[in-house]
Amino acid sequence: MAGFLARRLAGMVAVLLAISLLTFLIFQVIPGGDPALRMAGRLATPQQVQDVRRAWGFDRPVYDQYLTTMEKVLDGTVVSYSQQINVEDEIVRDLPPTLSLALGAGFIWLLFGVLLGVLSALHAGRLLDRSLTVVALVGVSTPAFFLGALLLYYLGYRWGLLPLGGYVPLSSDPWGWFTHMLLPWLTLSVAFIGVYARVLRSSVLDTMSEDYVRTARAKGLSERRVLVRHVLRNSLIPIVSLWGLDFAAVVGGGAIVIESVFDLHGVGQYAAESIARLDVPSVLVVTLLVAFAVVVMSAFVDVLYAALDPRIRLVR
Amino acid sequence: MRARRAPLAFGGLFGAVVVLCLLAPVYAHDIAHTGPDDNHITETIRVGGKTEEVVSPTGVPIGPTWHSRFFLGADANGRDVAVRLLYGGRNSLEIGLIATLITMILAVLIGTFAGYLGGVADGVLSRLLDVIWAFPPVLLGVALGVALAVGGGLDLGVVEISSGSLLLPAAIIGVVCMPYVARPLRGQVLSLRRREFVDAARVQGHGHLRILASELLPNLTSTIVVFVPLMLAGAILLEAALSYLGAGVQDPNPSWGTMLEEGIRLTPGAIHLVLAPGLMLVAAVLGVNVFADGLRDELDPRA
Repeated sequence: MAGFLARRLAGMVAVLLAISLLTFLIFQVIPGGDPALRMAGRLATPQQVQDVRRAWGFDRPVYDQYLTTMEKVLDGTVVSYSQQINVEDEIVRDLPPTLSLALGAGFIWLLFGVLLGVLSALHAGRLLDRSLTVVALVGVSTPAFFLGALLLYYLGYRWGLLPLGGYVPLSSDPWGWFTHMLLPWLTLSVAFIGVYARVLRSSVLDTMSEDYVRTARAKGLSERRVLVRHVLRNSLIPIVSLWGLDFAAVVGGGAIVIESVFDLHGVGQYAAESIARLDVPSVLVVTLLVAFAVVVMSAFVDVLYAALDPRIRLVR
Repeated sequence: MRARRAPLAFGGLFGAVVVLCLLAPVYAHDIAHTGPDDNHITETIRVGGKTEEVVSPTGVPIGPTWHSRFFLGADANGRDVAVRLLYGGRNSLEIGLIATLITMILAVLIGTFAGYLGGVADGVLSRLLDVIWAFPPVLLGVALGVALAVGGGLDLGVVEISSGSLLLPAAIIGVVCMPYVARPLRGQVLSLRRREFVDAARVQGHGHLRILASELLPNLTSTIVVFVPLMLAGAILLEAALSYLGAGVQDPNPSWGTMLEEGIRLTPGAIHLVLAPGLMLVAAVLGVNVFADGLRDELDPRA
């Protein structure tokens, strides 16, 4: 276990370095990327542009700029080009809504995805299974921002049941936090529930025909025990790995559409704004956050694998 | 085996949406008597014996009249929503189709070469796929869309795409979706290339390209066919998301995504601006998805 974690940590550092370098290089080559021109303003003289370039070190070699920026990222002193505010402070400010969204929605879509998937598999081919398939396909085919806008309009505006978007910190008003997050959670979950239910359904059906399930039945175990201890435990493996990656993507701003519809001011919106301003330091930090979330979640998933499937060992 | 009718019926639903959108000019010219960009902001219209303004002085557009003019109401600029819906559908579907084509061509090339060549080539190509895969698709799409719009388009040497062109979002979506097809194809080629019939072809002295084209590609056909409608549905949805975030289709071109964006911006006043493009989009994507589901059941023996 300790060896596994050490290897994972080393791999993580390598991946993070590679991704940060790549992001940095991409912004060196895309057209219109010269930050000095934008920072000096529209009416700047060539001399002023040159001064900005020198002051920020844009005249130095790329590797030198990269190293300096990374050093500042690690120190926590890196500032954005456009607003010259500490980037890490801004991310810390935007992280609570995004984490609230990911945790709540991740819980809902995992719970309902598993429930509906098992129900579907147990009733394979019958009416319940077929109606769940249709519901899942409708969920997958509906853009999240369309569903979100409709829910906001009817539940929030017409019937006045829930607030019209925005984020309330958990620490200042737990009930307000809950009511503000409810619609984003549901909206984000809908598409995932459909996918998860379908993946789990086929995975449960596959597992049902395994020899060890027949053996468990032959031992005289109750159907419930066979399902929970033997079938479900194994069929959860693909679900766990999907969940890890999807959760990490939401933490890294992947739910930008939801954040934007419900005006949550999360990491995704910050990422989009930074990209629109071609603000390298901000983009770099967000990218590192995404990569960090992905790597941590995939290590977590591997640990869960080993817990779920006794045949998997963490040695390699 | 009992033939399944639902997938065909939903495939038909998608077909109906396509035909409807293709008929957009006929509808605009002969029924609605207006164009997709024609502005009627100051005009009035007679609905059920009453005269109403197309856009009220407070900026609220008229809702559905269910008559030939402004059948689905007007938008904030006094344009006919039904006409824009059909023209926008043409753009959304066109982007979806071109993006799917780009995805499939790139994925087949990269997937087969990586799987077949192995070694360094596989390493490089697989890492390329990993990099694209590592980013959430919408975020990567927005990044590319905004970066290319700022840069004034994309210049690939042979082809040049200006920033207002529909090809730009199509190319971005095509590239972003590519790893989702290329990876499974690579995996399949990886197992196929060790099979006896490939060895047999090699022993007969066939070259690599010939083995790829005549031994491997035919075995990939069912995977490729299954992925086409899935990617089409994904591409249409991604177009809508990118346009909603302002990184896809650019004004004044209509698309379901840009119409939804406008509708959501104006919502409390005019929900028909959200419902019309949203329901049309869901109908098209659901049609493709159910069809894809049925196709997979037919072609994939494991499902």
